Amino acid sequence: MNTLNRVLILGATSAIAEQTARLLVAQGAHVYCVGRNPEKLQLMMDDLKVRAGSGQSIDGQAADLNEMDRHESLIEAAQTALGNLDAVLIAHGTLPDQKACEKEAEQALKEIQINALSVISLLTLLANQFEARQQGGVLAVISSVAGDRGRQSNYVYGAAKGMVSLFMQGLRNRLSRSKISVVTIKPGFVDTPMTDGFEKSGPLWAKPEVIAKGIVLAMQKGKDEVYLPGFWWGIMLIIRHIPERLFKRLSL
Amino acid sequence: MSKPCSWNRIPDVTPKAAYHLMHRLDPIPEELPRPLTVYGNGRSYSDVGLTKEGSLLLTRDMNRLIEFDGYQGIIRCDAGITLAQLLEFIVPKGWFLPVTPGTRFATVGGCLANDVHGKNHHALGSFGHHVRAFELCRSDGSHRVCRPDDQEPWFAATIGGLGLTGLIRWVELQLISIENPWMWVASHRFDDLEAFWAMNASLESDWPYTVAWIDCLAKGQAQGRGIYLAGRHAGPQSDLPRYRSRNWEMPFDPPLSLVNSLSLKAFNQLYYKQKVCPSGKLVHHAPYFYPLDAIGQWNRIYGKKGFYQYQCVIPPHNAQAATSELLSTIAKRKQGSFLAVLKTFGEKPSLGLLSFPRPGTTLALDFPNKGQATLDLLADLDAIVLDAGGALYPAKDARMPAAMFRASFSDWEAFTPFIDPAFSSHFWQRVSL
Ligand SMILES: Cc1cc2nc3c(=O)[nH]c(=O)nc-3n(C[C@H](O)[C@H](O)[C@H](O)COP(=O)(O)OP(=O)(O)OC[C@H]3O[C@@H](n4cnc5c(N)ncnc54)[C@H](O)[C@@H]3O)c2cc1C
Ligand SMILES: NC(=O)c1ccc[n+]([C@@H]2O[C@H](COP(=O)([O-])OP(=O)(O)OC[C@H]3O[C@@H](n4cnc5c(N)ncnc54)[C@H](OP(=O)(O)O)[C@@H]3O)[C@@H](O)[C@H]2O)c1
Repeated sequence: MNTLNRVLILGATSAIAEQTARLLVAQGAHVYCVGRNPEKLQLMMDDLKVRAGSGQSIDGQAADLNEMDRHESLIEAAQTALGNLDAVLIAHGTLPDQKACEKEAEQALKEIQINALSVISLLTLLANQFEARQQGGVLAVISSVAGDRGRQSNYVYGAAKGMVSLFMQGLRNRLSRSKISVVTIKPGFVDTPMTDGFEKSGPLWAKPEVIAKGIVLAMQKGKDEVYLPGFWWGIMLIIRHIPERLFKRLSL
Repeated sequence: MSKPCSWNRIPDVTPKAAYHLMHRLDPIPEELPRPLTVYGNGRSYSDVGLTKEGSLLLTRDMNRLIEFDGYQGIIRCDAGITLAQLLEFIVPKGWFLPVTPGTRFATVGGCLANDVHGKNHHALGSFGHHVRAFELCRSDGSHRVCRPDDQEPWFAATIGGLGLTGLIRWVELQLISIENPWMWVASHRFDDLEAFWAMNASLESDWPYTVAWIDCLAKGQAQGRGIYLAGRHAGPQSDLPRYRSRNWEMPFDPPLSLVNSLSLKAFNQLYYKQKVCPSGKLVHHAPYFYPLDAIGQWNRIYGKKGFYQYQCVIPPHNAQAATSELLSTIAKRKQGSFLAVLKTFGEKPSLGLLSFPRPGTTLALDFPNKGQATLDLLADLDAIVLDAGGALYPAKDARMPAAMFRASFSDWEAFTPFIDPAFSSHFWQRVSL
């Protein structure tokens, strides 16, 4: 079991990350939260402070994670605040307007930037630090089932998430000897602001609270890759195995 | 989310827009079609939180804690937090809700706006009695913190104000302390209404929580038979049982209501015949307060047509006569309810201008929607209630006529100046004609 005592959360104001933070704090963790919107971040940290015991540290700062030259100092600030890092959760992301991305490459690249490149920048810094200090640890990223196969309805997002998943795979391979858990989290449909405007009834939709439980468990157990909720493993197994000749003709 | 609806699924109306308030500082967007209606968690059996012409403001994502004083048991939280989320935090710390309705999936804002009551009304009054402060946000962008001893009556207008005075952003509550999550519960069987009144009179003074379930299909001699439950928070225990929650989800809408005269009769009889334990035993607070929450989406058993709740309160001097008249009318029509809930409210005056709780006896029932036949029955019940000087509970009403509302809520005219000009609801449009 990995200890999740001192945790850095990037994209902390995301609905899924906030629920995860509540669970971690309830288990006694000290957390450092990085979110883009300072107002939201403050409200969220106030909530965590109420939940935390007296000795528990809840700290953080606002940052746009597209500003990659700030990544190093963000990690440093977290380390200083928490003393050390047991685990990091990277949760930020955006769901692109696929049609807009098809019209303009600039739009597509912007989405790839935030959903993939900013994550890779963070992971590179974190992996090197974790590797150098030789204490194990957990690097977890929220990717998506959308990264498992490209579909016409959102392949820009899918490509970005797919890049993250693949990058994580390689990183896991590299860091396995250092006893660092590299955890790829692949949620299905989650009822959060990101999916506003979708018709969310039906059994495929999950609440962020449920996903959060799965994330904490996967981080504790040092899972390599988890589908959340678990039934997505089966769905994606099928989706991945449909022959491309057929798949390309489906309207997915 | 799926389409917001009321718990009893009547009426089936679609708002022009539904807007998620993500946190309590979110302004109300100018461009939303008006009027505005706040939607908590849709646990009212009523259209108080619905609109057809305007937009819904959804508060469930606004669910953060703001401050907690663990010495005095005072908590301040966003209005969209559910009682379940609150309990999860406060119970391990030795605190409990001073007043709770029969579902923990209601939001704090919804409890305030309906000034809800629990099984302890005779001891502690209603929800509003334990609200120390709240913040009210008006559509003009102004906001004010309201407290019970304010000069201006915004507090009284908003407690039980059916969400019409504006958006409640946060609420500060006084909690009660508990030793552990368990209840000590005594149960008794009674053979008729007379026995209920006698039992109630003798048990109420000793037990902070009391309620009775009545077999509403029993006729003649057996009319009014039922089970009486008296409870209190358990004292310190050297050894507590283990509690494992068992939850079940109603996965789909049955094509027909599963509630029919046969299943009702069986259920009512079985319930009445259950083993009772007059000396009392330990029961975990979850099954005690929230038995129906164990079946997720239980409202679906009535099928797509939905059902009606009917909850009235009858003033003390008419309570006995009117209660038996109500029960015989229901039994005669064979449109019985799963269970009828009977309880007496205490003397404590409610704080809200439109609060439902008032001294007397309250009877609550649900009826599968059989169209006109059901509406006719409810109209007959209305006549009995009106005649006895009683009132209907807006949180559990989807059909009362405007005249009935006005007769039940004599302060409605004093209330209207406090309505936010941009706010209304399907309910309000129906009763304020
Ligand atoms: C199984 C079950 C048992 C119940 N038992 C009881 C009981 O014992 N006693 C009792 O009194 N009630 C009981 N109820 C009814 C329920 O407690 C109330 O209807 C409660 O108000 C529901 O809360 P909600 O958050 O779902 O609000 P909704 O039903 O969504 O809304 C209720 C009202 O509150 C307003 N509102 C909600 N949030 C805000 C806000 N932030 N600002 C302004 N207005 C707001 C809405 O506009 C609406 O008028 C029960 C309901 C169920 C399903
Ligand atoms: N919801 C789903 O169905 C689903 C499915 C699979 C995977 N996911 C993934 O789960 C993660 C969490 O998403 P969510 O569903 O919880 O949605 P969410 O609440 O909308 O969270 C997304 C978060 O990312 C933040 N963000 C976006 N751009 C940023 C930037 N440049 N810098 C810093 N933060 C930025 C947003 O900040 P602001 O609050 O400031 O906008 C927001 O807090 C995402 O990675 C998402 O791709 C979601």
